Amino acid sequence: MTPAEIRDEIIDILSEIAPDEDLSGLQDEQSFREQMELDSMDFLDIVMELRKRHRIQIPEEEYGELASMASTVRYLEPKMANI
Amino acid sequence: MSGLAAGIRLAHYDQSVCILEKHWTIGGLNSFYRTNGRNYDVGLHAVTNFTPRGTKKGPLARLLRQLRFRWEDFELSPQVGSAIAFPGVRLGFNNDIDCLRSEIARAFPAEVDNFERLLSQLADYDDLDQENFGGSARAFLAQTLQDPLLIEMILCPLMWYGNARPDDMDYGQFCIMFRSIFLEGFARPYKGVRLILKHLIKRFRSLGGELRLRSGVESIRVEGTRAVGVVLENGEEITAKRILSSAGVIETQRLCDNLSQLEPQKAGQLTFIESISILDKQPKDVGFGETIVFYNDSPHFHWRPPDEQLCDTRTGVICSPNNYLYPSHSGELEDGVIRLTTIADYQRWKQLDDKEYVRAKMWWYDRSVASAVRFIPDFRSHVIDTDVFTPKTIRRFTSHDNGAVYGAPDKQLDGTTHLSNLFLCGTDQGFVGIVGAIVSGISMANMHCLRDPG
Ligand SMILES: Cc1cc2nc3c(=O)[nH]c(=O)nc-3n(C[C@H](O)[C@H](O)[C@H](O)COP(=O)(O)OP(=O)(O)OC[C@H]3O[C@@H](n4cnc5c(N)ncnc54)[C@H](O)[C@@H]3O)c2cc1C
Repeated sequence: MTPAEIRDEIIDILSEIAPDEDLSGLQDEQSFREQMELDSMDFLDIVMELRKRHRIQIPEEEYGELASMASTVRYLEPKMANI
Repeated sequence: MSGLAAGIRLAHYDQSVCILEKHWTIGGLNSFYRTNGRNYDVGLHAVTNFTPRGTKKGPLARLLRQLRFRWEDFELSPQVGSAIAFPGVRLGFNNDIDCLRSEIARAFPAEVDNFERLLSQLADYDDLDQENFGGSARAFLAQTLQDPLLIEMILCPLMWYGNARPDDMDYGQFCIMFRSIFLEGFARPYKGVRLILKHLIKRFRSLGGELRLRSGVESIRVEGTRAVGVVLENGEEITAKRILSSAGVIETQRLCDNLSQLEPQKAGQLTFIESISILDKQPKDVGFGETIVFYNDSPHFHWRPPDEQLCDTRTGVICSPNNYLYPSHSGELEDGVIRLTTIADYQRWKQLDDKEYVRAKMWWYDRSVASAVRFIPDFRSHVIDTDVFTPKTIRRFTSHDNGAVYGAPDKQLDGTTHLSNLFLCGTDQGFVGIVGAIVSGISMANMHCLRDPG
């Protein structure tokens, strides 16, 4: 997947987790937490959805990489390059 | 309820899940039954933690996100308004904290600033953070508020809807209950608790989950420090990688066959009778328009099992499922219903023989209602049918020791047990009530079965 495709995939996951959220104005550099009031359970869901959809394993120590869209895409790029 | 919520989470993430229910019907304490041609809910007065559509914070929003439901799915209609009634003082409240604020300003003008201080201290409590859970709610309140009567009045609904401990309450439980009742609020689906259960079951099954009724677990098979499976009452064995149990902390330990290493813990004692009256008209037409009234007949609120009798009618909860703001297309509930909850003693109820039991139900129905009508209009001449359920009923629906509604006083917040792959969820993990049970199931599934796929 290209970075743009990864971004789309994350948007798709976020819209499944928070269906009422308007994601069109999401700022990539700003944290998800600030913009969407996601809590630790929601972050677990991002991880779990990635595992379910693409069999990507993210160790718990690295959950912090998923803080914002920009950092998530950067982190996932090597892991999703061959998908 | 907690088991179903956990099951949905796990099935959603493709684990193979089997829910074993001892009873012939679903729902545990949140079940429903039919008698004399009428449907009755067992546990539901109100869904607590109600927040309006679009709210992003709080347990209701969290559970909807986690279980992938839409806000509309639960068809929650907000309460009309409730009250705390003590001799000579009544505090009204609804789903907007400003109502309680102004009521306190009216009845306790000297406490206005203290109450604001209380609110700001509670605003920051995070119910997923378990560090500050212990500690005495009474001690905390005594530092914040001055008037002992106001302290008792605030504690009354919070203890009634979620305190397993006699007399005092854990600080964390106090914060959770304060938010769920005063800062968020009450609501109810027009069709009652069965609507929520129906959604949970449908979702669980559509994700491939298996639900077996009449499948009581007789024992949990243990090898070393692990549970390897369960044996059902019919002798069937099922193996499992992990087990979540909503049966209660002591009840679950008892199911394990290596009982040698158990630390004895005390079972909960607080249980209720519920006296249900069917009226010949809507409750508001006999002058009772409130949703829930928590009453206590002296300045001190007594939250403990009855000392000498089957029940203690000094305090109670009066509730009408009719008094919610249902959408106009559903109209009013057909039957006028007033439900009344009274503290009871399981052991004394259990000792009665069949004849005494029937008589005691009638006698305590009368006593309880007579106590309640000191705080709401006397509806007795409009009663056309009644039903009473007792701690024995609650025990039958939940299998909890003593029919303890809120389980054991000492909660196991991280859900762990003496076995490395056996976990608790529901009442004895720590979150009580309908929303609490669902959140408990979700968080235990997340913590113990999803984070570490093993
Ligand atoms: C009169 C009354 C009014 C209430 N009103 C409200 C209210 O208005 N609002 C609110 O939010 N809450 C209310 N509650 C509380 C609420 O019902 C409970 O907190 C909630 O149901 C707890 O859910 P749970 O999943 O933890 O446990 P339970 O509902 O106790 O479920 C446990 C399940 O495990 C099953 N089980 C136990 N042992 C075994 C075994 N060995 N094998 C197989 N299955 C087993 C039981 O049959 C049961 O189905 C009320 C309770 C009562 C009694």
